[in-house]
Order: sequence, then C-alpha cells, then structure tokens
Amino acid sequence: MDQEILLAQIRQIDPQNQISPKKTDLIALEITATSLHEVMRTMRKQPDLSFDMLCSHTAVDWLENGFELIYVLYSTQFRQSLMIIVNIPRENPVIPTVSNIWLAAEAQEREVFDLFGVQYDHHPDLRRLFLEDDWVGYPMRKDYKDDFMLESAE
Amino acid sequence: MTVHISTLNDRTTVPENSKSSLNTQEFFINMGPQHPSTHGVLRLVLKMDGETIREVIPVLGYIHRSIEKICEHNTYRQIVHLTDRMDYLSAVMNNWAVSMAVEKAAQIELTDRIEYIRTILAEMQRLQSHQLWWGVTGMDLGAFTPFLYGFRDREMLTDIFEETMGARLTLNYIQPAGLMFDIHPDFVKKTKDYLKYFKPKLEEYEALLSANPIFQQRLRDVGILDREKAVSLGATGPVLRACGIPYDLRRVEPYGVYEKVSFKIAVGSVGDCWDRYSVRMEEMRQSIQIIEQLIDNIPEGKFITKKPAAKITIPEGRYYSQMETARGVLGVLIVSTGKEKPYRFHLRSPNFNNLWTITQMAPGSRLGDLVAMVSTLDLVIPDMDR
Repeated sequence: MDQEILLAQIRQIDPQNQISPKKTDLIALEITATSLHEVMRTMRKQPDLSFDMLCSHTAVDWLENGFELIYVLYSTQFRQSLMIIVNIPRENPVIPTVSNIWLAAEAQEREVFDLFGVQYDHHPDLRRLFLEDDWVGYPMRKDYKDDFMLESAE
Repeated sequence: MTVHISTLNDRTTVPENSKSSLNTQEFFINMGPQHPSTHGVLRLVLKMDGETIREVIPVLGYIHRSIEKICEHNTYRQIVHLTDRMDYLSAVMNNWAVSMAVEKAAQIELTDRIEYIRTILAEMQRLQSHQLWWGVTGMDLGAFTPFLYGFRDREMLTDIFEETMGARLTLNYIQPAGLMFDIHPDFVKKTKDYLKYFKPKLEEYEALLSANPIFQQRLRDVGILDREKAVSLGATGPVLRACGIPYDLRRVEPYGVYEKVSFKIAVGSVGDCWDRYSVRMEEMRQSIQIIEQLIDNIPEGKFITKKPAAKITIPEGRYYSQMETARGVLGVLIVSTGKEKPYRFHLRSPNFNNLWTITQMAPGSRLGDLVAMVSTLDLVIPDMDR
C-alpha cells in the first residue's frame, strides 16, 4: 500500500486529513470527524483498497484532550491492516456511524457507547450493551466514579 | 444530527397488529440467560412467529468483569493473569497474544525454545478446545455419548498440562519475555504417547458422530452464513473459514514457529453448520500434525529472557497485534504513555464478533436449529463480556 496515494486520497476528502504523527505500529491515518464517513466508504469501496473487515473499534479517553477513536481495518484481499484515528471533543461526543459500511460496527459501536458514552449518529440500534438500560455514567471513562469502586492504588 | 438511544424494552414491545402468517401473533421468548445449549450466561431474546424465528436479539453483560478497566491498573506482567480467564478454553493462546503484543512493542528478544514450546502448547490447547466443543455439540443435539468420549480424551491432555503448568483450566504459563518455568521432563514423552493414543480416537469420533445420518441432517443446510456478510460482521476463525475464506493468521501473518511447519488450512464451501463442524474436525487433525513436527525438535535454551523482577515498559504509542485462537482472531490494542502500566488496553475478542453472525443466519429458521447454530459457533461467553 502506497502511503503517498493513500494520503492524496484522504486529502481530497478533507485537506486536514493526514498520516498520523503519533507513534503506531500499523500505518495510521488521522482524519477529521466530519470526513469520517466518506473516508471509510472510500476505504471499503475503492477496488485498490477494499478494506472489507472492521477488526476492532474502540475509544481512548484523554480527559481534557477529548476522546480518540481508533478503527482497525483489514483487507482480506490484499492482507493489509490500517489504523484510523479520529479525535473528538469530550463534550457532546457525536460521530457518524459506520455500521452501514461494516455490519460489525453495529455491535462494536454499541460497546463504545456503553462504556465511553460516544454517541453514534444514525446508528440503527444504539443501546447499552453490557450494562442495564438505566445505568448512569460511562465506566471506561477515566473520571468515572461510583459507590462500589475501590480507591485506586496510586 | 439526532441520536436516538433505545432500550431493550423498546425492542421487545409487540405492536398491536403485528404482521404474521396463519393468523397468529408474533411473540417474544427468552433463551437464556441460563440455558444448557448456550454454555454460559448468554441471553437471546427471540421474536417468534409460531416455531419460526423472526429476529434474534442477543443480550450480553451477565458476566462482565471489566477486564479492560482492571488492566489499566496492572502492569504488563500482571495482565496475563486476567486474560486466561476470558476465553478459558484457549487460555494459553490468550496469554500468548498479550505477551506477543507486549514483546513486539517493548522489543523483547525471545529464544527458539520459547517459540517452540509456545507453539506446541497453543496447538495442544486448540486440540483440547475442539475436543470439548465436539463433545458438547453432540450433547446439544441429543447425543450423550460424545460428551463422555470428548471429556475422557480431554482429561488426559489436561493432565499433561497440569504437570507442566500447574493448572488445569486457567493456564498461567506464558508471560511477557518467556514462560513461567521450563517444561516438565516427561512432557515430550507424554505428549507423544498421547498423540499416538488420540489419532485412532479421532477416527472413532468421525464414525460415532460425523457418520450419524440424524446428526448430519441436523447440521446440513442449517444456519447458512453468506461469505460477504461473514467478513463484514468480522467473523473469524472456523466460522469464517467454513464460508470458504482461507483466512488463518497462522498462515497469513505467521508468528511463533508456524512458518517452519507444514499444515493445511481447513475451509468449507457452503458456510452452514456442517461446514463449521467439518472445519473443526480437520483442524484437530492439522493440530496433531503440527505438534508431531515440532515435539522432537525443541531446541535447548533459556525459557525466559528477562528476569521476572525486571520492569517491562512500553514506549509511548499505539500497538495492535493479533493472534489466531481456537475461536478466531484475538486482537490486542495497547495504548501506552511510556509507563509500566497501559493507558488503555483493548481486547478484540473473537467470540464477540462471531456472536452477531447469529442475528443474520437465524431469522427464518426453526427454534431447534438455533441450538445447532449456537453450538457450531462454539461461543465462550466470558470472552464476549470480558
């Protein structure tokens, strides 16, 4: 996979998109939240990319620096992995869903919603996954507190 | 932008005049959380039209232990003690996956001896896992004898594990930078004896269950999973290979010593329950072959390359690595800030992604067939919930 061609393509969608400056072991693209859906569609549909599997999707809570959403894509045809990173603010974290591109996203996004409170726009069935429907708060956030938690060792 | 958050109650309310054939009404029933065929606490809410399934809504979280959150508070050496409790039937492989991720990120060198022992144990574990699956699949579909046969043979393998690793189920043996301790002196001999014993037994398995026409009819053309859908759903392992896609990480991105051994990747063609069954049966044969190629050639060397007391830190960054467990691809994502503990530790579990295939293949089939589908997906619930 040629990084230059890849970069040119995502730049076309949004000039702010770039190869991630963060240290990663896979090729990583850092894209804007507004261009996420279009970039993902390109990754999936374009014949010379065809990333047909969404391996993993999760979020990282960087507190005041917002959430970092990580998508790991895989192409069964070209045997290539790709990491896609999106940064979104912590206040009102809304991001378009990719569940209409990969079916796997539906469950994986529900997990992130359940544990981090990231809201997926146009998700077909956005509901709690592990916790009860009336649970208050999002436990994987770094500042989550509830009455049953033990004091941290640090 | 509008985000609508729904609840399970919304999903399971039957509308007054719901569409249905035969003047019946659609209704919801619960399969689980306690149900013998789900092998754990998995709840499937089924929308039924008489005996026909219209929709499957999996409800998870009954044994959610938030392993990912606990991992954020533990060092990399401590994490392996949690991961073998996720998919307890591929404990060795889970620990290996985490260790491999840490070793890659921290650039720890390993000796050949470590790689050989790890590969052999992983294949033994795959064999053991498939033996249990074979037994319970038979039992789920009404044949009790396979369960006893499968467990009898599995027990002998567990004894070999116990001697070397000191445990029978949660095998805490592989750790970052090597192994906990060296293999038992009798390990090689006992493993070889076992393989000699088990090879004819595998033929017996085929004669006992695979050749049974009732069993075949319960599985053939039941729960057909479309190729594209399987990939799109992120299904991996035998479930994906049964659809005819030869995606096996042992071949695609070889780790351990899989490059040095020759083995076939079992693939199906239709993607039905029978294919998933046959793929696992063939995998048992291939596992035996892999072990046979390696067991006599374990090189001498150290079994750990870093002192157990030495700190392992990972430089700042995001690291993703994956491994083929008995059920599919286990991915480990480590987000490090350069400390001894991970900032974020995410596990992409194979069962979690394999489970959702059931929402695609069950609608339209009968309730009894759902048991065959759940059974051949070979789900381990603690791995799903994590």
